[in-house]
Amino acid sequence: MYNLIGAGLIVIGAGIGLGQIGGKAMEGIARQPEATSKITTAMIIIAALLEGLAFGALFLGK
Amino acid sequence: MRIAKKTIKFLTIATIAFFTATAFASGTDKKHDKQNDGGRVNTKEEVEAYILHHIKDAHDFSLFSYTNDEGERKHFGFPLPIIIWTSEGLVSFMSSEFHHNDDGHVIVEKNGLKFVKLHSKILELDKGAATVSFDETHHATNAHKVIDFSITKSVVGIIFVGFLLLFWFSRLAKQYKTKKIPTGFARVLEPLVLYVRDEIAKPNIGEKHYRRFTGYLLTVFFFIWVLNLSGLTPLGFNVTGQLAVTACLAIFTLVIYTISGNKAYWIHMLWMPGVPVLIRPVLAIIELAGALIIKPFSLLVRLFANISAGHIVVMSLIAIMFTLKESLGIVGATGLSLVLSFFITLIEVLVAFLQAYIFTMLSALFIGMAVADHSEAH
Repeated sequence: MYNLIGAGLIVIGAGIGLGQIGGKAMEGIARQPEATSKITTAMIIIAALLEGLAFGALFLGK
Repeated sequence: MRIAKKTIKFLTIATIAFFTATAFASGTDKKHDKQNDGGRVNTKEEVEAYILHHIKDAHDFSLFSYTNDEGERKHFGFPLPIIIWTSEGLVSFMSSEFHHNDDGHVIVEKNGLKFVKLHSKILELDKGAATVSFDETHHATNAHKVIDFSITKSVVGIIFVGFLLLFWFSRLAKQYKTKKIPTGFARVLEPLVLYVRDEIAKPNIGEKHYRRFTGYLLTVFFFIWVLNLSGLTPLGFNVTGQLAVTACLAIFTLVIYTISGNKAYWIHMLWMPGVPVLIRPVLAIIELAGALIIKPFSLLVRLFANISAGHIVVMSLIAIMFTLKESLGIVGATGLSLVLSFFITLIEVLVAFLQAYIFTMLSALFIGMAVADHSEAH
């Protein structure tokens, strides 16, 4: 029961984080379309780090 | 035209070989412990058990199974060798001797020892025990684990993909000796190799050192990618969704960036310049934990969780066919399942590439941190 609540909290946190990353990347691309590939690479790296953190927490809480 | 002819010939031979092999390997066993419907997967609990069974590694390579009119369960697949280190030394036999039993009821006797298979694990019965007895949490009380070196389904997958990559890339490498541009399938591989080198290795490791590590990065990229894709075929591999496999890959990266770390890397890790002396030991603990535990752990858990979650989602959506049969009707449930699983499988093809890319990218990033020149001021 409690680990399900914890999983929900983790997913909320990861969702906020991913939303921030994705939204800011979109803004950046809209401002400077010629930097799209660089922004995308950086976005994927940061998203992957965040995802690793979230999955680690889910894995430990299981 | 010649390529098309060759492909058709290859496909024909492969199909014939496949059906001959499966025809010989097909086995029959009566399910005496399950209910009367012959072990069909119908209810939610059975679907859940089936998915969890699929996610795990298996000792036999089963392609599909069905129940005939007499209520017999027929399995199609290959038995794989079981090689275990027991209390009496090395023992090996074929997994077909378990007759696809996975709940410990079929006992195999070899070298005077008795073995059972329980939830994809081989257990050795204690001396004098005739059958397995369970406690209330369904753990065996009179059997113990053995060291398992078996050629399991995942090992078959790894060997298969290893040989495939060896074949593809040795042909690609050979073509550069005689031709300017590679032909055939190698033309598909060349841009991918260049992509890994120019977009992943070079910017993250730097012009000076990238050549040393490109081989490892290419290997790990294609290994993970092809294994991820083979997990989406009906062969039922879940190799990159095994913790042991992803942990091994993460340890390779850990060893590489730990060994190749230069002086500046270790100074920055153990005795950070530019901060007060009292804080330096604290920072050293954090940096060491980050480099030796958190980095490889995040690598291994990310790959494992993504691929396993993908498999669970695809199988759950396929199982809608059975679980929602009553409420939606057979046509409705099958249609819903078809549409949803089709689109999720398309997304999984993207995830297969993305996870290989991220693993390679982060490996390159960590290696780049270890070999970077710190001559510039900061």
